[in-house]
Amino acid sequence: MAEEYLLEIRHLDKFFTVKGGGPWKKPEILRAVSDVSFCLKEGETLGIVGESGCGKSTLGNTIIRLLEPTSGEILFQGKDLAKMKKRELAKYRPDMQMIFQDPYSSLNPRMRVFDIIAEPLRTHHVLAGEDLRKRVLELMTVVGLDVSYASRYPHEFSGGQRQRIGIARALALRPKLIICDEPVSALDVSIQAQILNLLRQLQEKFHLTYIFIAHGLPSVRHISSKIAVMYLGKMVEMTSRDQLFAAPMHPYTLGLFEAIPIPDPSFRKPEEDREILQGDIPNALHPPSGCYFHPRCPYAREECRTREPVLEEKQPGHFVACHYPISIKESDKKA
Amino acid sequence: MKQKGKSYRMPRWLRMLWRSKTGLLGFVIVSIAVACALFAPWLAPYDPNAINPLNMLKPPAFMAGGDPAFLLGTDNLGHDILSRLIYGARVSMIIGVLSVILAGVIGTAFGLLAGYYGGILDSVIMRVTDAFHSIPRMLLAMVAVTLMRAGIGTLVLVIGITGWITYARLIRSEVLVLKEREFVKAAVTIGTPDYKIICYHILPNVFSSFIVVSTLAVATSIIAETSLSFLGLGIQPPDISWGGMLSAGRNYLATNWWVATMPGITLTMTVLGIMFLGNWLRDFMDPHNQGLE
Repeated sequence: MAEEYLLEIRHLDKFFTVKGGGPWKKPEILRAVSDVSFCLKEGETLGIVGESGCGKSTLGNTIIRLLEPTSGEILFQGKDLAKMKKRELAKYRPDMQMIFQDPYSSLNPRMRVFDIIAEPLRTHHVLAGEDLRKRVLELMTVVGLDVSYASRYPHEFSGGQRQRIGIARALALRPKLIICDEPVSALDVSIQAQILNLLRQLQEKFHLTYIFIAHGLPSVRHISSKIAVMYLGKMVEMTSRDQLFAAPMHPYTLGLFEAIPIPDPSFRKPEEDREILQGDIPNALHPPSGCYFHPRCPYAREECRTREPVLEEKQPGHFVACHYPISIKESDKKA
Repeated sequence: MKQKGKSYRMPRWLRMLWRSKTGLLGFVIVSIAVACALFAPWLAPYDPNAINPLNMLKPPAFMAGGDPAFLLGTDNLGHDILSRLIYGARVSMIIGVLSVILAGVIGTAFGLLAGYYGGILDSVIMRVTDAFHSIPRMLLAMVAVTLMRAGIGTLVLVIGITGWITYARLIRSEVLVLKEREFVKAAVTIGTPDYKIICYHILPNVFSSFIVVSTLAVATSIIAETSLSFLGLGIQPPDISWGGMLSAGRNYLATNWWVATMPGITLTMTVLGIMFLGNWLRDFMDPHNQGLE
């Protein structure tokens, strides 16, 4: 407990009110992120995984205060960002940066690469003149961009190069925490590995802490030290990467594993042994009763329909929100 | 950019203009109109207000009975129509440009506030534009012109103030889209202050639609001025405007068609030229075309 956490999230909620059709309908509440808690030490990487619409991006945006949290605490180095005023928050902005999903939308089309990377430095009056120029060119080299491209516009670059520009911008202020919101999902498969490797190198070099949001387990596998699985705005399982890959306890996580394509189909398990996820993610406005996952869960029992499970430490360091988590033996058999 | 060779190369905008037929046509027409406005005293062959009873209602030079001295003929008071058209360009250009600047500045400011800050401010501004929209523009202009002294200043004010809603709505909707773009979010996470986000990230990205709408608005302003002058509420004689000329010529339409038709053609050509130029400008300013030629 005495250990210093870089980031500690406590019972974070982000609700949206959705206006009903017409003035007579009551506005409904969409619980995009509900009661999420986790801790992150410096140098760690938390991978957040879930299907689209599960609230993982909303969680990332709320932590960095692009969205106002509904309730809960965001403790960054012990300071609560959740209730901070804009003016005060500005002091902490440089410590937390974000890498965005869509490299085609994350760069201002009317700014040159140099100005894009220089913007954080100019905003916080870190450097100016020749020092600024040196630093920007250095950042470009660090992320693997040719410095001769500094005066070009973003549209002259490929997706991977654009993502490198975005990474350079995020690095400019030497942040402690970087939230990566699906940074590779918009890129070609061949480029994805390059960007992931770059992010890992940078992590070592600058001692960064990452929150890495992705929708599949394979892309977070190599970069994460911890993995959290989200379903309909809640965390259903969180543990170390090795533990999760060795013995997933939540049926949903198991379903995500089954969804990973195998390079050689002849190694695939017979159809009847696979726990392929059935159906779609339910409407978050009207989530199912009890455990949100029960309509899709092959192990659902009566209790799951009525009582909501809470995230509990079922094994040391292994948090699961499930009434009947898959026992270690059972998952061994499956593995 | 690529070849800094020995031979002189035209600037990029000129090369791109050369390639666009309509853009070039628009540019030529607008240039002529601007030149007429600027250098009217030197370009006009006669004093536009010189009354010449001997040369009343002369047909244009290219028609039977036309006098080569009066290229586009004369009107019922013997004014040289060409000279009057050249002087009339002044009024049209001044009113077109000034009223658009006025409308553009007011509208952009309100559109930015409404789109960027949202909330109550947005609702209030949008309801005001709705209210403005429900009043017929010409009617409002007519009332204002009757209440105030008719003249260029009044016309600029009236046309400008009735025109800002177009900008407010356009800019607001563009800002709403831009606000969701990730580069604006990135600026927020960097901690860039609002005014810098607006100046560096939002304004440059609404600029091209602003220009397109503005050129269109210059054209509509000119038409509005002409309409008001036609109704006798705009420019008063002895000041010359195309609308006034149209108005004066309408009594002779059956017998001496050129008196009204010449200003009509001039007006149409000018408006068309401005619109061509506006369309070309939009393409030109798209950063995706910056590398191309």
